[in-house]
Amino acid sequence: MKVFCSLWLLLSLVKLSPAPPASQDPPFACRGAGDPAPPQPETPEDMASSGDLEPTHYPARRAATVALHQLNTRHGSPHRLFALQEVHKASAEDVAAGGRKYSLDFSVTDWASGSAGPALRCSAEVMFPGTERSSPDVQLRCEALQQINSTAQDHAFYQKYIAPESAVSAQHIPDSYGNVSEEMQPFWRLARVAASFIMLRESSENTEFNMAQVASVTQQESSEKQLMLEFVVLLHDLPSQEIVQWKLLASWSPDRGVRVLQTEWQPRCPHDTKPPN
Amino acid sequence: TMKGSIMGVLLVLALVVQDRLAGGLELKSYDYTKYHTMDEISAWMNQMEMENPDVVSSMIYGQTYEKRNIALLKIGLNSTTPKKAIWMDCGIHAREWIAPAFCQYFVKEILGSYKTDSEVNTLLKNLDFYITPVLNMDGYNYSWIDSTTRLWRKSRTPGTGNCTCVGTDLNRNFYANWGMVGISRNCCSEIYNGPSALSEPEAKAVTDFLGMHQNQLLCYLTIHSYGQLILVPYGHPNISAPNYDELMEVGLAAAKAIKAVHGKSYRVGSSPDVLYANSGSSRDFARLIGIPYSFTFELRDEGQHGFILPEDQIQPTCEEAYKGAMSIINYVHDKNFKSAAITVTATLWTTLTALWISSTNVI
Repeated sequence: MKVFCSLWLLLSLVKLSPAPPASQDPPFACRGAGDPAPPQPETPEDMASSGDLEPTHYPARRAATVALHQLNTRHGSPHRLFALQEVHKASAEDVAAGGRKYSLDFSVTDWASGSAGPALRCSAEVMFPGTERSSPDVQLRCEALQQINSTAQDHAFYQKYIAPESAVSAQHIPDSYGNVSEEMQPFWRLARVAASFIMLRESSENTEFNMAQVASVTQQESSEKQLMLEFVVLLHDLPSQEIVQWKLLASWSPDRGVRVLQTEWQPRCPHDTKPPN
Repeated sequence: TMKGSIMGVLLVLALVVQDRLAGGLELKSYDYTKYHTMDEISAWMNQMEMENPDVVSSMIYGQTYEKRNIALLKIGLNSTTPKKAIWMDCGIHAREWIAPAFCQYFVKEILGSYKTDSEVNTLLKNLDFYITPVLNMDGYNYSWIDSTTRLWRKSRTPGTGNCTCVGTDLNRNFYANWGMVGISRNCCSEIYNGPSALSEPEAKAVTDFLGMHQNQLLCYLTIHSYGQLILVPYGHPNISAPNYDELMEVGLAAAKAIKAVHGKSYRVGSSPDVLYANSGSSRDFARLIGIPYSFTFELRDEGQHGFILPEDQIQPTCEEAYKGAMSIINYVHDKNFKSAAITVTATLWTTLTALWISSTNVI
């Protein structure tokens, strides 16, 4: 009897934790909720004619955001993350095969050092290809930026978490009130950097991505002296207002920076979940 | 003497206790630097009405899909002559928690200063403020359930037909070029504009109220996040409001006032210029029925935290937004009331001068 009870308990526990879904169709209730294509409003806006663009208007802003994502993929770290401060000048021209190239002059701030930090001046060419589902190409130059410039804080962070026993795991960063604990701040920044790879890849003239929240971070076994982190991130696209969920596997070390090894779009069904009765 | 000082202390204590009891059950004052649940906000609205009966009254002007009473606070000094009014709503989109926080802050500020600040006193004398702290109450309540619901945006009306998704974007549902641009007909989309214009009771409630008060209303302010923007009508790229130039001037002045507080830049422009084209917005509807000064505020930040703005930013965000809103409100007030004051003063001086001249003539 005792054996039966413990077996039954064991089985019920196993049932309670659902197996991670293999790649599958969205659940029935989600059908019609949209495919993995990046969110696009149904009526794409007329693009401005070529020439000088108003720096405070959205076409220049969106192109600068794409350049910013590129900057963060290259130079973001647990203690360094860039934010767009201002677009100074912008222009656009049509290029071959229906593409469009933007030339930008803008400033960024190192957000991790607080908004009081100095602004960095950058210039970039952002080329959106004419074909659908093709990633933009970015040529970027910022003043006073070395290739990999790791800080003492990055090194200390690395030493702490590269230890074999380290198994960080957390959810909902920030929480609903915007709180991020001291310990989780660098992981949140790393998630933002890793998410920048996806945001860069998925961007078009009709999107403007930011990271809304880190749904989860789970440390994996370190490999080749790299911290391995599995993130589930929630991205927000401004024009469509959609929240897009991506699971990704990223590596980081002070020497190599962030690399994204795997990405997987995850269907989300917030629309038809009903509150628990 | 010892006895005297003990009596003194006891007297002070008695007065403090009496004051506390007179103030009601709330010994802890409301924390405007934290996000509050729908129930807390409703209770706070009752408290504002109870504590300020001569300037605050509440009005229920509709019901949400889930049958919640949509209420606003009407704030103003009593007047024998009919008054003009300002409208402010927050929380059309559930996940934009900083917006309801700002409405509450705004109410607190004007109630806390109208007795001592002559500028605010004049505003409350000449204007009524209709303030809805949370318009999309169902959605806001839903966004508080747990971490998975935090980023909800729309209303909570179930889908129609064979749609299994919930919710309509209230800010695409108004009778203002409904369905023309910047919407989705996919009912699962975050910008689904509803099966028809004004299908949503929340949008209908605002529409009915604005319609009934359209001759009173001078200014329509709708508060959102994020983006640090001040948006002027219209959301359609090919349509401009007749007073577009003036609206831009007023908006830019507001952005300047905002920047003076904590250095934050707010961009100003029509939605199709600085953000994206859209239709069916409440701001557009307000302008279309003739409310001359109609603006959308998109508060902090610019995407670093987005909708989940940390609580330690509530205070500075509200401080700057207050200055921005007041810049617009003062402009609107002065345009409608200053000239009257000048006329009264001029008449008074003319009369006094005439009296003096005639009196000297007599002598």
